[in-house]
Amino acid sequence: MLALIPLFPLLGFLINASFGRRLPKTLSGAVASAVMVASFVVSAMTVRRLAGLPAGERAIEQTVYTWIASGDFVLDLTFRVDPLAAVMILIVSGIGALIHVYSTAYMHDEPDGEYARYFSYLNLFAAFMLVLVLGANFLVLFVGWEGVGLCSYLLIGFWFRKKSAADAGKKAFVVNRIGDYAFILGVLLLFARFGTLDFQRLASVVSAIPPEQGVFGVLSIATLLLFIGATGKSAQIPLYVWLPDAMEGPTPVSALIHAATMVTAGVYMIGRNAVLFSHAPETMLIVAVIGAVTALMAATIGLVQNDIKRVLAYSTVSQLGLMFLAMGVGAFGAGIFHLYTHAFFKALLFLGSGAVIHALHGEQDIRHMGGLKRYLPVTYWTFLIGSLAIAGVPFLSGFFSKDEILYETFHGGHALLWLMAAVTSLLTATYMFRLVFLTFHGERRGHQLPDPRSPIPDPGPRVPDPGGHGHVHDAPPAMALVLVILAVGSVLAGYVGVPHALGGRNALAAWLAPSFQPPGAAAEVGGGLQASAETAADPAAAALELTLMAVSSANAIGGILLAWFVWLRRRELAAGLARRFVGVYTLLLNKYYVDELYDAAVVRPIQVGSEHGLWRGVDVAVIDGAVNGTGVIVAEGSGILRRLQTGSVRAYAGSMFIGVIVILGYYLWR
Amino acid sequence: MIPLGHYLFVSAVLFAIGTAGVFMRRNLITILLSIEIMLNAVNLSFVAFGRQLGSVDGQIIVLFVMTVAAAEAAVGLAIVIGLYRHRESLNPDAFTLLKW
Repeated sequence: MLALIPLFPLLGFLINASFGRRLPKTLSGAVASAVMVASFVVSAMTVRRLAGLPAGERAIEQTVYTWIASGDFVLDLTFRVDPLAAVMILIVSGIGALIHVYSTAYMHDEPDGEYARYFSYLNLFAAFMLVLVLGANFLVLFVGWEGVGLCSYLLIGFWFRKKSAADAGKKAFVVNRIGDYAFILGVLLLFARFGTLDFQRLASVVSAIPPEQGVFGVLSIATLLLFIGATGKSAQIPLYVWLPDAMEGPTPVSALIHAATMVTAGVYMIGRNAVLFSHAPETMLIVAVIGAVTALMAATIGLVQNDIKRVLAYSTVSQLGLMFLAMGVGAFGAGIFHLYTHAFFKALLFLGSGAVIHALHGEQDIRHMGGLKRYLPVTYWTFLIGSLAIAGVPFLSGFFSKDEILYETFHGGHALLWLMAAVTSLLTATYMFRLVFLTFHGERRGHQLPDPRSPIPDPGPRVPDPGGHGHVHDAPPAMALVLVILAVGSVLAGYVGVPHALGGRNALAAWLAPSFQPPGAAAEVGGGLQASAETAADPAAAALELTLMAVSSANAIGGILLAWFVWLRRRELAAGLARRFVGVYTLLLNKYYVDELYDAAVVRPIQVGSEHGLWRGVDVAVIDGAVNGTGVIVAEGSGILRRLQTGSVRAYAGSMFIGVIVILGYYLWR
Repeated sequence: MIPLGHYLFVSAVLFAIGTAGVFMRRNLITILLSIEIMLNAVNLSFVAFGRQLGSVDGQIIVLFVMTVAAAEAAVGLAIVIGLYRHRESLNPDAFTLLKW
C-alpha cells in the first residue's frame, strides 16, 4: 500500500521517459498529472487509516524487500508513515499534483519531446521526494535525498542550451554535493556509534542516553554533520547560494522543488530526527542561529532584487531560515507547521509569478512591469492573497505558523533570535508588497530600463513579442484553477493549527507531537499533547502569545504600509533611498558579494590548483610521464634489439646451431 | 654383426655433412637435400638403437620421420619454386625481407 505512493509517479516517469516522444502533449501531460492525483488519493487514504489508530501508535510500516544483508548488518527497504510523514506526503503529492496540472498549460509551447521530458523529470522528482519522506531509515531517506537532488539538477538545467541555466544546474548540484558529503558522514557516524540506521530504533537508543549538555560529543558532531547536509538541501548559510540561481528553471519547477517540497527536506530531516537533535543542544543552538541569520540576510537581499522570481527565491531562503529557527529552538511542530503553510503560499506565489511571466512572454524584471492588475485579475488577486499570507496578516495561514515560531522562540528564551525573526517578518511584508506594487499597481512600464546584467531573459517556451506588450492575457484555465485552489489553501491551511491563545486546539501540533518523541514515550505521557495543554492552561503564556501576535500583526501591516508608501505613494523615494544609501544598496543588490567571495575563496583556488597542480603537475608530468616513459623505454630498447632480426634464414639457423653446440657442450663438460 | 658404435659413427658423419651443407651451400635446393641427409642420419641412429635394444620403437619413429620428411620436401620445394618465381634466384641470402 505505502509503496504505491512513490510507485505511481515512478510509473508516470517510465511512461513519459520511454514513450513520451511519441505521445501527444495532452496525453503525456494527462498521464503525468493522473499519476500524481492517484498518488495523492492513496496518500489521503493512508493518512485516513493512520488517523484511525490510537494517538500513541500511529505508524504504518511496509517492508518492500531486504535491500542489504551483510553479516550482522541488515537493511530493509522500508516505508513508514507516521504523523510527520503523513503531513509531508499530503503536501508533496497534493501540491505536486496541482503543479503538474499547472505545468500542462505553462509548458504548452514546448515541442512534444521536450514536453514529455519535462513531465518525466517532474514525475521522477515526485517519486524520489515521496521515497525521501516515507523512508524508515537513513539510507532509504538518502536515496530520495540524492534522487531529488538529481531531478533538481535536471530541471534547473531544463533549458540547457542556455548557458546560465546549465551553469545554475551545475552549481546546484555541486553545492548540494558538499552538503551531502557531510550528511553521509553523519549517517556513518550514527551507524558506527549506535549500530542502526532505523529512525525509530535510533530514537529509542538515543533517548536512553543523557543529552550532551555543554559538551560536543559524538551525537553533537553527527547531528551537526546532518545539519550541514540540510543547509545544502534547504539552502541555508553557508550553502544557500544555489537556490537563487535555480530560478533559471521553468517556473512551476521553482514552485514545486525550490519552494514547496525539496528545499524543505532538510527541515523534514531534522523533524524526523527530533530526538537526536534534542539530545544535542549545542547543535540545536547552531541550527537556530544559522536559521535566524539566514532568514534575516535573505530578507534584506530580497528587498532590492529586481527579478520577480529571485525575490521569491530569497523569500524562500528566508522562510526556510525561519523553519530552521523553529527547529533549532525545539519547536519542531511549529517548524513543520510553517513548512506546511509555506508550501501553499509559496507555491501560489511562484505559480502566480509564472502566470505573470507567461503573460508577458518571458519578462521577469519587475521594473518593466507595473499596472498588470487590470490585465491579469485572477493572477493579481491570488498573488495578493499569497502575499498577505506570507506577510503574516492576521487570520491567513502564514500568520498562524509564523506566529507560532516567533512565540516558541521568545518563549524558549532566545530574545535576540526572536528580534531577528521579527525584523525578518517585517522585511518579508515589505519586500513582498514591493513586488506586488511594482508588478501589479502603478502604471505600465515598458523596456525603458534595459538592464545590462540580465538581458531579456528566459529563452523559455515563449516567442518574442515584436509588437511590444500588445496582448497580455490572463492565466489559461488550467493555471487559473490551480492558482485559485492554492489561494484558498493559503487562506485556510492555517486553521489546523490555531493556537490555544486564540481559542483553537492547535490540532496539527497535537497530531505531530508523537513523531518528535522516542517511540513509546508518546503513549505513556501523551507527550507534546500535555505540553501544549499546559501552555493553554497558563494564562501568562497566553497573554505573552497574544502580545507577540499583536507585535507580528503590527509588523505585517507596518511592512505593507511601508512598501505602499515607498514604492507606490512616493515612487521617487525608493530611488532616493537607493542613492542616499548607495553603499548598502549596492551591497544588497550584489547579495553581500557572497557569490564573489565563494568564487574567490573556493572556485578560483580549485580551478588554479586543478590547472597548475593537478593537470600540469600531476597529470601531465607524473601520470602521462609514467605512461609515455614506459613507451619510450620500450621503443628505444626494441630499436637496439631489432637489429638481431636480420631476416636471413641462414643467420637464424647458424645461431640455433651454435646454441645447440653450447647446450650440448655444457652437458658434456660440466 | 656390426657393433653399435659403427652405426653411430656413420650417423654422426652424415649429420655433420648435412649440417655443413645447410650452412655452406648457396642453393636452396641443395640446402633442402642437406636437411634430408640430416634427417636420415638421425633415422640411422634410431634403427641402430632399436636393433641394439631389441625394440620396435626406433623403427616406428623412423616411419614417422620419413612421413614428415616427405611432407617437408613437398612443401619446401613448393616454397622454393614460389621464391624462385619471385626473385629469379635460389640464393637464400637474397631472401632477407622478413625483418623489422
